[in-house]
Amino acid sequence: MASEKIEGALKPVANGHGGVHVSHHKNTSALEIVRMPIPDRVILPMQQHIGAPCEPTVKVGDEVKVGQVIGDTDKFVSAPIHATVSGKVTAVGPVKLANGNMVPAVTIESDGQMTLDENIKAPVINSRDDFLKAVRASGLVGLGGAGFPTHVKLAFKEDSGVDTLIINAAECEPFITVDHRECVDNSWDVLSGVYTIKEILGFKHVYIAIEDNKSDAFKVLQKVAADNADWDDSVKLVVLKSQYPQGAEKVLIQSVTGRCVPPGKLPSDVGCVVMNVASVSFLGRYLKTGKPLVSRSLTVDGSAIAEPKNIRVPIGTEISKIIDFCGGFKSEPYKVISGGPMMGMAIADINVPLLKNNNAVLAFAKETVKVKTERACIRCGRCVDACPMNLVPTKIETRAHLKDAEALQKASAMTCMECGSCAYACPSGRPLVQYMRLAKSVIREAGAK
Amino acid sequence: MSEMTKYTVSASPHVRSAETTTGIMLDVIIALVPAGIASIFVFGLRALAVIAVSVIVAVLAEYLSRKAMKREQTIGDLSAVVTGLLLAYNLPSNIPLWMAGLGSIIAIVVVKQMFGGIGQNFVNPALAGRIILMSSFPGKMSAASFPAPTMGTMSSMTGATPMGLVNLSNGVAEEAPSLMEMFLGTTSGCLGEVSALALMLGGIYLIIRKVISPIIPCVYIGAVAVFMVIAFKFDMYAVAYEILGGGLMIGAIFMATDYTTSPITRNGKIVYAIGCALITCLIRLFGSLPEGVSFSIIIMNILVPHIENMTYPKPFGFIKEKKEKEEAKS
Repeated sequence: MASEKIEGALKPVANGHGGVHVSHHKNTSALEIVRMPIPDRVILPMQQHIGAPCEPTVKVGDEVKVGQVIGDTDKFVSAPIHATVSGKVTAVGPVKLANGNMVPAVTIESDGQMTLDENIKAPVINSRDDFLKAVRASGLVGLGGAGFPTHVKLAFKEDSGVDTLIINAAECEPFITVDHRECVDNSWDVLSGVYTIKEILGFKHVYIAIEDNKSDAFKVLQKVAADNADWDDSVKLVVLKSQYPQGAEKVLIQSVTGRCVPPGKLPSDVGCVVMNVASVSFLGRYLKTGKPLVSRSLTVDGSAIAEPKNIRVPIGTEISKIIDFCGGFKSEPYKVISGGPMMGMAIADINVPLLKNNNAVLAFAKETVKVKTERACIRCGRCVDACPMNLVPTKIETRAHLKDAEALQKASAMTCMECGSCAYACPSGRPLVQYMRLAKSVIREAGAK
Repeated sequence: MSEMTKYTVSASPHVRSAETTTGIMLDVIIALVPAGIASIFVFGLRALAVIAVSVIVAVLAEYLSRKAMKREQTIGDLSAVVTGLLLAYNLPSNIPLWMAGLGSIIAIVVVKQMFGGIGQNFVNPALAGRIILMSSFPGKMSAASFPAPTMGTMSSMTGATPMGLVNLSNGVAEEAPSLMEMFLGTTSGCLGEVSALALMLGGIYLIIRKVISPIIPCVYIGAVAVFMVIAFKFDMYAVAYEILGGGLMIGAIFMATDYTTSPITRNGKIVYAIGCALITCLIRLFGSLPEGVSFSIIIMNILVPHIENMTYPKPFGFIKEKKEKEEAKS
């Protein structure tokens, strides 16, 4: 989609270092989100977030309804798991996840009814605490990929100087268009979520940040906001340059506010909270209906997928079933990716459940996933130019090989967010992200000693 | 979970840019073509023979040394072709062909492969080859024996490169070629260094294709200009001579920008280019040699690791610890 000038939208206040131009491949941006038929069963792992795993609260044979809590914990950094279909619990035990980990999970055989739990009602919110409790009860975690429990992110102290909320709709990963569709198809939910959060948590500045290749999303949001008398113009839209990794938290904060999050610090340290647009949209719906996080939208695309789609599915649906719904494979898949092609995870087995934070399933035929032959580093410096964190990836690689923890720490290897810009740009096809991970583990091991 | 379909698993990112080492080297070769054509135009087919021998021997030397070391073959990356071309461009057209070949062998085998191959050499192989030839065969490699251009010149000058005709006390000598001749390259000198026009065309191509950053050539040439303006007390004619003459253009555009032997950091590139310019000027103005580009680049090559350490960039959002302490106090 060609970028065009958008009236009334703000421009980024700062342009960060680095970044790469990756072909957008937003093939599905015009496809409305469609609902997938109810799957026969769902597998709900007890760990779908960063933080403490949940304990199953149901046993084999139990009848469950949609939205009923089936896993929870009293630990703070965690989020409860809800039944995403109605039916009978057929198994409670370890299952394999896309990343290869074995995690306890509850398997529910669907009765095809999708009966909603009768206890579900819109949360009553009179205070900040009520709100945070309700957010925790909703089971919401960052839907953009990180999977960090939202109630933890929002639980900053009132006097901590956090004044800015940034809604991340940049969606800089190629192929993925669900956030774009969320803005267009569910614009009311997005905006009601934004204004509610702003009011309850008292943000002074609220920005919705979108890359300039999604101008229709801008127009829809602007129109919906203008048509509603309750919504003032305190929420600003920001048009960002379409450049990877524009949607990375630190890069986004810099582009929108000019503030830089120092290494090892959090966005709240510079007064910012960044939320994914799908998370905000979910909150908008949840505060109205009380229906917890039981389904999510994702993009299914890639050269090996017969019918690329944007779909909404119950969480815990097996990825193989999702691909079947999208017409199956039209050619022999070489790589299947959970997430985007830049930061997503290649998965070995598609008989694994979709988790809360999976925003895409992509499958590629061999000829479309370029694998460069790995050659010697020629010190061309493209990785240095590409790094948005201003690191020197090739030097970190050498130091990682030497397992020199001190030098790696000095080179700020921990600041790396594994966006993949360096490896993308490398003409010698070096797997730099892998070396960055090696570097981090060298530092962690040295620290553990 | 009965059927287990297995797919390829690897670390992200799963897409890569189309750029390859071979593609970059090919761009450098394309950028060197105008200067090659200019040299054949100025010095005749003998220039072509020197280029051909240097390139063929360089590729052969790379092939054989990789084979002898039982290492993966790397002639496909075309870097040996670039080294051969650059060496040839740094030789006079009347050099015995076996000497050109020997230079290629020294550049590839001794300077490049013995240190680990592409990306590992600590000085520019072509320049090291040229300097070793210069010290081994001063008779053939000294400017006094350089051939006059066979065509296109009007000043019927023989012998010494234009750089020998400029000095601090007298400025530019009367018998020196005109600035236009210097710009087009119809003067005496090494094959590839004579035509500033052809070299600049190549440089612009490399910058547009983003193969090199403009920092090194611009700062190098700019700093030479500034130093020379001061040294010649605003004798702009002499300054123009210093910029167009000798190996400055080829050095600044093609040799000093060699990835392996120049700093990878942005500020490092600036420091390195200023260093190159300073040494070039010192040698040209006060040294016994008429030309100092090769030596200046080699000396700065050796300093690159230190320059990089000194100019290591600060990570995103970095705050100086000192500042934090001050803030804590106040």
